[in-house]
Amino acid sequence: MNIIVCIKRVPETTDADISIDKSGKDIDKSSLVFDLNEWDSYAIEEAILLKEKLGGTVTVISMGGEESNESLRKCLAMGADDAIRLTDPAFNGSDGFATARVLAEAVRKIPYDLILTGTQAEDDGYGQVGVVLAELLGIPHAAVVNRIEVQDKRLKVHRELEGGLEEVVEIDLPALLTIQTGINEPRYVSIMGIRKVAKKEIKSFGAPELNLKADEVGLSGSDIRLEKVFLPPVGEAAEILEGKPEEIALKVSEILRDKGGLS
Amino acid sequence: MKEIVVIAEHRRGELRDITWEMLCKGRQLAESAGANLNAILLGKGVNHLAEALKPKVNKVFLIEDERLESYNSETYERALVRLITERKPWLTLIGHTATGMDFAPSLAARLKMPLATDCIGIEIEGETCSVIRQLYGGKINASVSFVKQGPYMATLRPGAFPVLEKDPLPGEIVPLPSPLAAETLARRFLQYVEAAVAEVDITQADILVAVGRGIKDAENIPLVKEFADSIGGVLACSRPVVDKKWLPKGCQVGTSGKTVRPKVYIAIGISGAFQHVAGMKGAGTVIAINKDPKAPIFNVAHYGIVADLFKIVPVIKDKIKGLRKS
Ligand SMILES: Cc1cc2nc3c(=O)[nH]c(=O)nc-3n(C[C@H](O)[C@H](O)[C@H](O)COP(=O)(O)OP(=O)(O)OC[C@H]3O[C@@H](n4cnc5c(N)ncnc54)[C@H](O)[C@@H]3O)c2cc1C
Ligand SMILES: Nc1ncnc2c1ncn2[C@@H]1O[C@H](COP(=O)(O)O)[C@@H](O)[C@H]1O
Repeated sequence: MNIIVCIKRVPETTDADISIDKSGKDIDKSSLVFDLNEWDSYAIEEAILLKEKLGGTVTVISMGGEESNESLRKCLAMGADDAIRLTDPAFNGSDGFATARVLAEAVRKIPYDLILTGTQAEDDGYGQVGVVLAELLGIPHAAVVNRIEVQDKRLKVHRELEGGLEEVVEIDLPALLTIQTGINEPRYVSIMGIRKVAKKEIKSFGAPELNLKADEVGLSGSDIRLEKVFLPPVGEAAEILEGKPEEIALKVSEILRDKGGLS
Repeated sequence: MKEIVVIAEHRRGELRDITWEMLCKGRQLAESAGANLNAILLGKGVNHLAEALKPKVNKVFLIEDERLESYNSETYERALVRLITERKPWLTLIGHTATGMDFAPSLAARLKMPLATDCIGIEIEGETCSVIRQLYGGKINASVSFVKQGPYMATLRPGAFPVLEKDPLPGEIVPLPSPLAAETLARRFLQYVEAAVAEVDITQADILVAVGRGIKDAENIPLVKEFADSIGGVLACSRPVVDKKWLPKGCQVGTSGKTVRPKVYIAIGISGAFQHVAGMKGAGTVIAINKDPKAPIFNVAHYGIVADLFKIVPVIKDKIKGLRKS
């Protein structure tokens, strides 16, 4: 089975102190650490597990700057065979739709049976790129997948719905699945592992190689435009408990007594 | 006259909450723009749902077909492409749910319609629309505009739009013939499977101590477990803790886990992503412990403690132990 996995390098923001940059259209990323999008780490692991079981190849593709090599190399170290980077100034500012369009042109050049993407990206959170990509390629898809069983020329997959309910669907190959976290346990990549693939070639394509015109991608090829970013308004914000740890502990015990009925 | 349509989401014979949320927001948008508000309902044997929708809209377009009995992106897309191409609604609203995430992006692409996903705000401004979405797990909001002319499509975040009582509309059910033919599908619905019953039922607890990725490692779980025990609480968690198998699935709070309404909910090392908050916002009192003062959880908590959990939790645990002994 030949599998393509679309991956994205994203800034780690949950733990970070973030601020808005001068443009007012994004956060200041200069001091942030980047990593492979969480959902994509499950997608690449799933692809490698399938390859280990069934043979075939895994190709990872990422649209982004040269820095994306870092995430592509991580995937190679995990066991991917090939890596492709899609880089062009014309791609900057692409929304979910334009991103899928760029990815589609790259995917068309490669034979595949299955495409995996993450359910969503941690940064823009569109939850859109994978499903649009399937539509542009004219193949069936299933989103939010948390289990895959291969049955000859088709798959039996579980889609995660709300409240613990799952939907089982059968889908013919070639197909695209967007992968949900928890489907597997992504393997650990050591520094040694990354070093081993440091010299592996990462192919890079721009708009001309993909036969894309500048106005089909990037800002001009996008349907939506980000006007400005701002900190979420604090509604009825929490009352912050301050003081020494001892004092905070005392307040918590009072709240538990008054509101939780703790004796 | 402009038309706004809401694609009604339902499952196993019931309309889902997001449908009422979209209808309420849709009503407000329709009033502000002098537009009609209609709903599209696809299914089989769903006349009772059409009746329920009727007072909320001008028209309910109802397509019944056995191929629409269980949701399937392919049959939904075929039926909707036909209907939307014919009616050309100016704005189509879909839920940003497991279902909406599965068909809205491909439907919009097929119709070449601009789509904004996971909106927490949406307003009509003259001939265009502007939306608010969140970035970076809810730490930043963005105002986003559509570049092209309408019609537009947007998916709305569950729980982001309140359901308010409004005077009923003179709704009308408009049954339409199914456009689906007997063609083979590349994707087929097989069945639903229910989650296994959990050992501990977190929905019954008065006090829940919920732990998130901030706990860093499985070996730190006993710290919060002991804390929960010391206050007679039950341990719960966010999704990554389950994904990493540090706690069983039955402990997970959120859209894809459990909905809980304890008297007190203590969120420890949880950022407050909307999928988590959706499961716990009914709690009586929420206390959040997080080292990041900008963590979105502080917007839903009643009390906040900005601190390193590894420093503060042991102190709180010992203090309460001491107080309860004396
Ligand atoms: C379809 C779908 C369904 C989902 N369903 C659910 C669901 O049901 N439930 C759910 O929870 N999530 C769900 N998610 C995932 C959700 O989007 C978030 O990824 C998740 O809730 C984040 O969990 P977290 O807050 O524990 O981790 P993070 O977002 O990584 O936050 C960790 C927090 O810990 C804090 N922290 C770190 N170290 C410390 C320390 N030493 N002391 C104090 N604080 C510290 C950080 O500041 C941060 O705020 C779903 C996602 C999708 C796409
Ligand atoms: N620039 C990109 N390059 C490669 N894949 C991407 C890119 N952006 C998004 N994706 C894929 O699409 C998924 C969903 O992203 P999004 O629709 O942006 O939330 C991600 O998990 C990736 O698998």
